[in-house]
Amino acid sequence: MKARTSILLGSLSAALVALALTSPRVVAADKVDPVADARAFQNFFFQKFPDVKHEDFVNGPYSMNEDMKRQWQEKEEFPPYEFALDAGKEMFATPFKNGKTYADCFPNGGVGIRQNYPYFDEKEGKVVTLELALNRCREANGEAPYSYVKDEMASLTAYMAFTSRGKPMDIKIPDDPRALAAFENGKRYFYTRRGQMNFSCASCHVQSPGERIRAEILAPALGILNAMPIYRSEWSGMGTTTRRFVTCNSQTRAVPLEPQADEYRDVEYFLSYVANGLPISGPGARP
Amino acid sequence: MKRSLARAMVLALLLAFSFALDVAPARAANEADYKTAYSAAEAASKEAASLRHQWTVTVSVLAAAKKAADGGDFDRAVAAAREAEALAKASIFQATTEKEAWKAMEIR
Repeated sequence: MKARTSILLGSLSAALVALALTSPRVVAADKVDPVADARAFQNFFFQKFPDVKHEDFVNGPYSMNEDMKRQWQEKEEFPPYEFALDAGKEMFATPFKNGKTYADCFPNGGVGIRQNYPYFDEKEGKVVTLELALNRCREANGEAPYSYVKDEMASLTAYMAFTSRGKPMDIKIPDDPRALAAFENGKRYFYTRRGQMNFSCASCHVQSPGERIRAEILAPALGILNAMPIYRSEWSGMGTTTRRFVTCNSQTRAVPLEPQADEYRDVEYFLSYVANGLPISGPGARP
Repeated sequence: MKRSLARAMVLALLLAFSFALDVAPARAANEADYKTAYSAAEAASKEAASLRHQWTVTVSVLAAAKKAADGGDFDRAVAAAREAEALAKASIFQATTEKEAWKAMEIR
């Protein structure tokens, strides 16, 4: 009888110890921890593709395929985004009707700052992307905003990215529950399946980078926004980050959200943050 | 003998009646059928949109239903509206399940 009681007590204490050990992990799993998320995200890709140099992930499909990489390197001698870059430089320097320029709206005159976007605006309580900041600058100076998916916006961001090339992505998440919520919302959007194809962003860019989807080679999610904006041969033109999200949605047969919707801003925040430390490579060129 | 004859006749009649039901052409859909089917599809589609999980195919099939009805082809209009409703309901199901299911895909 005594033996039975001690076995019972022993099992009970073992169960309690196990519970005590596991419960903090359960709590931790539900806590928003961007630092741990970014570490896990980067490690996943570094381990999945041990032969790819870390800074090379920002070159998308070219980091996954040697043949494509060689073709791209040759193309970079006369890059297809060059016209957009020149146009963007000119637009950036041209004063608005009130005499001010874009440089007046941004820190460091807008030069070499791409790596700090998007940022969390604590006054507004929301994520502000570079495209949004550019249009706000225009509106504040009495100009009509540009379309978020067309050439003018792509040209401006191409120029701003070019002046920031090589700088490591440096997104901050302030100690503000709204910023953490935006990061978490972006993460949720990234992993959520949508559209009739039942695809999430991760279905292609986490589960299948380097694989072909029809004629294309899928880019890894890590560093995917460091190359924005991009010239896409498929589009025969430049595309903004917004255009990339809208197109991805349409390709999965999901109705795209309105440009600069909270979800798009948040997913940009998430994807940029987890790429912290990787260099800006935009503007990019993609098939 | 008489009883079994009567039974056989009743059975034959029932059989004939059931065959008649099977081969009789379905009634053509009318405008009222279309309106019922369309409003059900539209309600489901609006719900999917409010969940931010609308599918492009739902929108196009719903538009096709309206176009068919505008052209007076209510059979096609009803079929398209029912298809749109099914698509919208599938997208609502997706939105509901993904509220938790997305976590399974997360890199940890």
